[in-house]
Amino acid sequence: MRAWPIVKSFLPFVIGAPIFWALGVITPEAFRLILITVFVNIVLAVSLNVVNGFTGQFSLGHAGFMAVGAYTAAKITIALDGVQLAFLPPAVSDQVFFAFALACAMVTAALAGLLVGMPSLRLRGDYLAIVTLGFGEIIRSIIENSKPLGQATGLSGLPQRVNMVWVGLCAMATIVMARRLATSTQGRALFAIREDEVAAEAMGVDTTGYKVRAFVISAAYAGLAGALVSNAIQLCTPRMFTFVRSIEVVVLVVLGGLGSITGSVVAAVVLTIGLEALREFQSFRMVSYAILLIALMLTRPQGLFGTHELWDLPFIKRFSRTAVRAKEAP
Amino acid sequence: MSAVNPLEVKNVTMQFGGLKALVDFNLVMAPGELVGLIGPNGAGKTTAFNAITGVYAPSAGDVVLAGERVNGQKPHQICKKGVARTFQNIRLFKQLTALDNVRIACHANCTAGFLDALYQTAHHEREEERILARADEYLKVMGLAHRRNETARNLPYGEQRRLEIARALATGPKVLCLDEPAAGMNSAEKVELMQLIRSIRDQFGISILVIEHDMKLVMGVSERLIVLDHGVTIARGKPEEVRRDPKVIEAYLGDAYLEEKHMAVPAGGEAT
Repeated sequence: MRAWPIVKSFLPFVIGAPIFWALGVITPEAFRLILITVFVNIVLAVSLNVVNGFTGQFSLGHAGFMAVGAYTAAKITIALDGVQLAFLPPAVSDQVFFAFALACAMVTAALAGLLVGMPSLRLRGDYLAIVTLGFGEIIRSIIENSKPLGQATGLSGLPQRVNMVWVGLCAMATIVMARRLATSTQGRALFAIREDEVAAEAMGVDTTGYKVRAFVISAAYAGLAGALVSNAIQLCTPRMFTFVRSIEVVVLVVLGGLGSITGSVVAAVVLTIGLEALREFQSFRMVSYAILLIALMLTRPQGLFGTHELWDLPFIKRFSRTAVRAKEAP
Repeated sequence: MSAVNPLEVKNVTMQFGGLKALVDFNLVMAPGELVGLIGPNGAGKTTAFNAITGVYAPSAGDVVLAGERVNGQKPHQICKKGVARTFQNIRLFKQLTALDNVRIACHANCTAGFLDALYQTAHHEREEERILARADEYLKVMGLAHRRNETARNLPYGEQRRLEIARALATGPKVLCLDEPAAGMNSAEKVELMQLIRSIRDQFGISILVIEHDMKLVMGVSERLIVLDHGVTIARGKPEEVRRDPKVIEAYLGDAYLEEKHMAVPAGGEAT
């Protein structure tokens, strides 16, 4: 009985893995990269939501943390490419090393988050946005000027390890993380900071400490996303992590609704696939994207779901109520 | 009952640039005492609160909680040491439910951390259950159990005030500071609220410091009063004594009133 919480803690992943594996098998090669991008965008949007949506701190530095994670993982996978664990078959050994690379990506990105978060989270609102933006750019320009990281040309020829199971599980891990946070007392403390910082502080919430924690968690998952995306395209350049990338993630979060996990997921899925679908129209693609954004901000400034989740929406609530009633009826 | 006073304020002065908002403020609260802090607008009552709860570090003097000097500590640290407060202008977490508002306050003495939450450890689940039970209890005490799942923003005004008190109580304070809890209420509601405050004190055995500028109201409920005017403590003592103190009357009504009633104008009193 004592082991039950641990089992329950990892249960979603045990169930999820075969599903994602099946998804990887049935997906045609043409859609493979799109699907991976969808999952990576889910990781990015949901993790940024922890800072921007839950805690109400406007960060624009997500791409910087992506870069940290991406380069860490790229360096490790390249370095360990020829190495093999003797007691394992080559394919499994590669995956073990990739798991290690992903973990390192998360750790370094988290450390970068801590480094950036400590000084900047004393600021609020626009100031914080500008400082995080600045830090994101600093991280990128450091990489651009560092020889071991390949300067502007970046690192290429990464051995590909990513598959649907990896990206699926990572997206799942991010969602599970956010959901568990949202329903826990720590998550509620973050909401309190968003709602009223003075009152939160007076109620015993260490506001600076919690903001930094949220920032670190979010940065770790951004690093994970960076590692996944660079491995998927087997390339890692500074240009992948400009502040435009940060803005794209912010757009996903704002569109889905600040504070809504399902909102971020839906926005990530719809926008990523939508942009791909519009690829045929070439020059109209970004125009229609912009028009969509303007229209949504005019009609629903709080985003698709506001702070609510998918299951809070009226018609779904009604549906679930009737479902419950049907179940209760003899 | 412990002999240590839960709160002692010794010669606290708050200075903002050239302005002395509070001068040599002294306050000793015994366990279970109900003290009123009164004074006209701008007298420095809220400043005194802010100095006690750590919003400002005092320019001079000491704030001592249960024997420990806490000058310059952050509000969340002071909250954990047993001082909770409400705000003059309601500061609820507006978009969250009443229950969540109180649960956040229970967070103050939660022992599970972020990792416990992320891995859903047994420790985390125990803490969540404890917090939930505790929050429900405080909602019930303040008569808000039926509003449990209502968004704080949508509660009627009086209930928002009570929710704020419930939230403050949930942090488990030894001293509860209420900043004009009756502001914006009609007189019937005010009387009801003051009775509620008394019953909280009796039920939880905590000391309560109430700011109020309606004198009549606070006279009825508190055992001891401190009167501030322009940052200076002009009177302290039993409500009946304070009420007759010419300095207090002057501060509230101006000395024109005293002259009209043929009472002595206190020495050094300035016409305002």
